[in-house]
Amino acid sequence: MKASRFPAAATGLALLVLLAGSLLLSLLAGSVALAPRDVLSALTGSGDPSAVTIVRELRLPRSLLAALVGGVLALSGAALQALLRNPLADPYLLGVSGGAACGTLAGLLLGLPAAGLLGRAALPATAFLGALGAILLVGLGASVGGRLDRGRLLLSGVVVNALASAVLLFLLSWGDGARTQSFVFWMLGSLAGATDGAVAALAVYAVIGLAALLPLAPAFDALALGEETAFTLGVPVETVKRIAYLAASLLAAAAVSVSGIIGFVGLLVPNGARLLCRSNRSLLLLSFVLGAILLVLADTAARALFSPAEISIGALTALLGAPAFLLLMRRRA
Amino acid sequence: MQLSEVSAGYGGRDVLSEVSLSLPGRTVVSLLGENGAGKTTLLKVLSGILRARAGSVTLGGRPLDAVPRREAARRIGYLPQGFEPLFPMRALDAVLLGRMPHRGGFTAPRPADLVAARRALEEVDAAAFAEADLREMSGGERQRVLVARVLAGEPEVMLLDEPTASLDPRHRLVVLEALRRRAAAGAAVLLSTHELEFAAAADRAILLAGGRILADGPARETLTAPLLSRLFGVAARVVPLPDGTPLVSLSRPVE
Repeated sequence: MKASRFPAAATGLALLVLLAGSLLLSLLAGSVALAPRDVLSALTGSGDPSAVTIVRELRLPRSLLAALVGGVLALSGAALQALLRNPLADPYLLGVSGGAACGTLAGLLLGLPAAGLLGRAALPATAFLGALGAILLVGLGASVGGRLDRGRLLLSGVVVNALASAVLLFLLSWGDGARTQSFVFWMLGSLAGATDGAVAALAVYAVIGLAALLPLAPAFDALALGEETAFTLGVPVETVKRIAYLAASLLAAAAVSVSGIIGFVGLLVPNGARLLCRSNRSLLLLSFVLGAILLVLADTAARALFSPAEISIGALTALLGAPAFLLLMRRRA
Repeated sequence: MQLSEVSAGYGGRDVLSEVSLSLPGRTVVSLLGENGAGKTTLLKVLSGILRARAGSVTLGGRPLDAVPRREAARRIGYLPQGFEPLFPMRALDAVLLGRMPHRGGFTAPRPADLVAARRALEEVDAAAFAEADLREMSGGERQRVLVARVLAGEPEVMLLDEPTASLDPRHRLVVLEALRRRAAAGAAVLLSTHELEFAAAADRAILLAGGRILADGPARETLTAPLLSRLFGVAARVVPLPDGTPLVSLSRPVE
């Protein structure tokens, strides 16, 4: 399958330059004004020590986390859209993110530490369980006679989302005041808790997700013609679906466990990426890079627009995403 | 390909009952029957999508279940009914997917794949839309591209569910010609249709009623007034043309 409407190498290079540019831009934003030159020298470890601390310990982990969360959510969305043959599928809208948030919160309330090696390994696991629970419920609600009904899918997602919100509120009422506040802040989508450890953990999940999904890309191409056609083309449909659902849930869960619920990235980015490429292999890669760029820029805006106050990144993506969702839906109708 | 005493259906209800038939190469066979008679179910059983509840399905003497999926995919082409594209997809890319069983999922199309895909598009008079998006085509244009997807796979058995449903008369015949050429080259072709002149032009017709075979034989022996009248519950007249092809005229529904 032809990879792209533009030469693949040129597109890839341009996107990587764009990603590097948006990361640099994001390092400039913050309550302490730093000149681009200071940021660059701080990155290399030279220059003013306080600038080095600000850039390397505060801003860089956050920017990298934004990039990874954006990439991972977009990748999860691209996989879900291919699996469900529905351009409106998204881990947030399908309740997967909500389920993951329930799992994370339950893990925290059970006493799992939020930081440290154990927390980094265990919280994504409980988030993953929550995400799987949500996707199973959505599947149950949307299946009619053993097949997924695409119309019911989003409806089912709405219901599972409502359920997840209820469970989250229920769980929150157990926490004490101070903890509850920090939970709520995290739940609404926040990259404020970025640490080198969180970045490293999410990077591992991103690699696992890409390694699981990229080999399935040709199968996704065939699935676009329908599951029966894909089967008769030799695609092991059930195996592909199982792996891809697991990978998409794991990716969304890993993102949620570090940054709460950030919606619409998984919806918008693959639909944008689809304008630039034809095959699912390029779509998955493009979604990852474009998702990273989008969230780095969105987080920069969230920090810079009303500085020193910070807008919730989840609120910002929803403000951008909800109108775009309506536009997409109108275009389909 | 062979079916022997096959019963199959969905969720405990049999749609097909004890159906036996054979699909030899070098033949175009049409499959006729009312809505719900089991045409699609029969095609799904033959393609391996639906498992028979009883009876046997064999491909070249081997049970279909025992043929590796990849090999079965190379040897059997299947065109389902009614496809709505939801994502942008270039027609040529859709046709190239038909080559997937030959090249595996993990390699880019080889020149031979592109040649086969382009030739298949030409065969159904769709070469002009090779670069077009499936979503932006008319139903008939898209249908031809999807037929080309099956042709491109060069399978020895072609199973097509109403391949000409949305085609104009000329393109119906273009598709029939393409299928005939493939049959002449050795393929077995089975297509379901509601168009009797299309069925009359095939080598053989299978009449399916209530999940059972009502008649199976050369078109001029099966497309007869009494059989068609029974099959569809209509008043039917059949006049043989000078070359023996039955010319069918249906008038009104009868009890």
